[in-house]
Amino acid sequence: MAVVLVLVLIVVGSVLFHFLSPWWWTPIASNWDYIDHTIIISFWITGIVFAAVVLFMAYCVFRFRHREGNRAAYEPENKRLESWLMIVTAAGVTALLVPGLFVWSRFVTVPSDATEVEVVAQQWQWSFRLPGKDGKLGTSDTRDVTADNPLGVAPKDPNGQDDVLVEAADLHLPVGKPIKVLLRSIDVLHDFYIPEFRAKMDMIPGSVTYFWFTPTRTGTFQVLCAELCGQGHPLMHGVVVVDTEQDYLAWLGQQQTFAQLSAPQQSGSANQPSGKAMASGLDVAANSKLLRPAQ
Amino acid sequence: MVDVTPADAVPPAEVGEVELYHPHSWWTKYVFSQDAKVIAVQYSATATAIGLVALVLSWLMRLQLGFPGTFDFITPEAYYQFITMHGMIMVIYLLTALFLGGFGNYLIPLMVGARDMVFPYVNMLSYWIYLLAVLVLVSSFFAPGGPTGAGWTLYPPQAIMSGTPGGQDWGIILMLSSLILFIIGFTMGGLNYVVTVLQGRTRGMTLMRLPLTVWGIFTATVMALLAFPALFVACVMMLLDRVLGTSFFMPAIVEMGEQLQHNGGSPILFQHLFWFFGHPEVYIVALPAFGIVSDLISTHARKNIFGYRMMVWAIIAIGALSFVVWAHHMYVSGMNPYFGFFFATTTLIIAVPTAIKVYNWVLTLWRGDIHLTIPMLFALAFIVTFVNGGLTGLFLGNVVVDVPLSDTMFVVAHFHMVMGVAPILVIFGAIYHWYPKVTGRMLDETLGRFHFWVTFVGAYLIFFPMHYLGLMGVPRRYAELTDMNIMTESAHHLNSFISIMAFIVGFAQMVFLFNLIWSIRHGREAGGNPWRATTLEWQTPQTPPTHGNFGKELPIVYRWAYDYSVPGAKEDFIPQNVPGAFAPSREPA
Repeated sequence: MAVVLVLVLIVVGSVLFHFLSPWWWTPIASNWDYIDHTIIISFWITGIVFAAVVLFMAYCVFRFRHREGNRAAYEPENKRLESWLMIVTAAGVTALLVPGLFVWSRFVTVPSDATEVEVVAQQWQWSFRLPGKDGKLGTSDTRDVTADNPLGVAPKDPNGQDDVLVEAADLHLPVGKPIKVLLRSIDVLHDFYIPEFRAKMDMIPGSVTYFWFTPTRTGTFQVLCAELCGQGHPLMHGVVVVDTEQDYLAWLGQQQTFAQLSAPQQSGSANQPSGKAMASGLDVAANSKLLRPAQ
Repeated sequence: MVDVTPADAVPPAEVGEVELYHPHSWWTKYVFSQDAKVIAVQYSATATAIGLVALVLSWLMRLQLGFPGTFDFITPEAYYQFITMHGMIMVIYLLTALFLGGFGNYLIPLMVGARDMVFPYVNMLSYWIYLLAVLVLVSSFFAPGGPTGAGWTLYPPQAIMSGTPGGQDWGIILMLSSLILFIIGFTMGGLNYVVTVLQGRTRGMTLMRLPLTVWGIFTATVMALLAFPALFVACVMMLLDRVLGTSFFMPAIVEMGEQLQHNGGSPILFQHLFWFFGHPEVYIVALPAFGIVSDLISTHARKNIFGYRMMVWAIIAIGALSFVVWAHHMYVSGMNPYFGFFFATTTLIIAVPTAIKVYNWVLTLWRGDIHLTIPMLFALAFIVTFVNGGLTGLFLGNVVVDVPLSDTMFVVAHFHMVMGVAPILVIFGAIYHWYPKVTGRMLDETLGRFHFWVTFVGAYLIFFPMHYLGLMGVPRRYAELTDMNIMTESAHHLNSFISIMAFIVGFAQMVFLFNLIWSIRHGREAGGNPWRATTLEWQTPQTPPTHGNFGKELPIVYRWAYDYSVPGAKEDFIPQNVPGAFAPSREPA
């Protein structure tokens, strides 16, 4: 009989935990509250099903537990009941799927006025590139990556000359404007993830992936890598600052373009991809001794 | 709806009995045995042994997550090696091997009324190649650089690069080689299981009279035979990339400022191949559990399984659908986002046959005569965890909901609940259920109940709260959760709590192992059919069954596997091989 009690406690406990525990999503900072709504719909539908099934089971165990002289019923099938359950389930699934797909179609439809910003990942740091005055990003290729051109911007592409490069430093974005993030990696898989924005997407060496969002409040947000990228993965943090338009322009004015950075007198220490993240990544490598055979 | 088939209407055997290979020495009887039952025990023992390694690895990773910075020897490199080996061992070398190689070998011939698998020699080879695969896997712990730390998904390019433990050492090579061996070994066993079910059934055992255990294992095996080749080619291609410098999965890459020689390969191709195997793999583990738990519930509730035909078709439907949902593991992989519409739809459709199975288990309890034996307790616990884990699958399968949750602890909690804890609970229930047949003795009841309560409640307390860490945004595969803005103080406390629960649950498994060994000699004598069950394995002339299973005459089957509490019958069960007037009048035709 203890099992009946435990089954009921699991339902009651889970529901109480859901509503009372302090662990919940971080306050949202983008337009993807649609996603939060679909999560809430999912919690309600699945929560009700979970409670119903487990409580019904608890009732069955209580009501039909073995006692002397009991005998089970003999009922191999019940077509009507089975059909009804199938219909109700299909309805529940549809109620989850339809809003989900609706929001997904928004997620994959980038607004035409979105500004492109490129994020370039490498083990284990983030760099960024913004289009210059021409509003266009120059092409890029991993094969063009050198010490003086760590993001692999095509040196001969005129569109790339005025691109603003932010190497291993913080990215600033203006609040309230849709942003299309173009994602690129020069080594392994990474994933550009800011919990407050809800969105994330892998970056794949050799491809450019993307997603879009609109920052809805100013603030400083931590970038996390969400795709295992080697031993420095947990330290691959970055920072995105969402500014007012004014602050954003002030910041933008201080940044250097690709042409400025690749001018001969500029080359040297300033361009080494040796930010803090890289340094800590190397620390990681140095600290790793375990599971190597004894020397 | 047919009436009982009278005994004289049973068709004569189409082929005469073929003499089995009989072992001549201790070695051929117990070591290089061709008896499916011995092979089953060998598979199970090996899987359990390597599973213990994976259990210890999970403790080590929980030490790091629960008490960050306390244990110096757990470097990020080591941490990634722990999680990788834990995941791979649990999914492939424990669950797959135990369900198919262990339970499949033991139960298929006995339940379908065959003397052995149809190809006993190949069956023996299957085990020895599996053992070799396990040894190769274990050897990577002692190889220079240690085992691979690429995550169990082994995504290239990082899996074969120097930033990942074992990437440029032996780790990844040994891992890929071990998987290739495993698949070769499995294919030998798998062909056996399929042919035995199709061709080795005794007279009267129609497909629609098979116990659901056999249906589950059979369908899972067919799926595995179709899915493992995708992993096989992926492993071969990655091995070529790593050893010969080909570029199947390797595009142009700059590693730490240095241009690599690769060019033109596709990392995402590997993901498609991996998940074309990987998603069916989830059901390769789940379907045998579905089948077994159906039989446990029916037997211990003394009631026929509700909606048998629907259960069979649901197993087949799930098996078929699971081949068209793989990319739901890749919603944020950077594949064409329009795939999301298709894969979210197919994924959520799978929920319907899966839900039907859950309803039918619960409706089997309805108006039953429920004996709260240990197998029954584990079956109930399975339903709770499976429903919980299945429902969170509706979050992750529903493409846009997956976006914030993907690659977070929510995913970890979900798949541990649904394909870790749930199938393991069935394995425990099944061991308590069939141990008396394997050894002739019962497992100790008190130890068993202790094991059940700690495992069930403990595992729920580990994985239920973990979902909420993921909802906060805590990513998975983080060796360090320090310096992370979203990690509140209380979230760290929750992690410590989860770790402590993990140690307790792990400890309970030691009690279980002790019970397994102790009861071989000291358990209560079981007799031939302690649960008063209907299926053929309980009707053998000897317990444990001897070589050839059924003595002189193979049983003839007259009824389905679920004649419990038939109205008018004296006993509350009628074995499948009993002819007679008590109509299984409503046996599905």
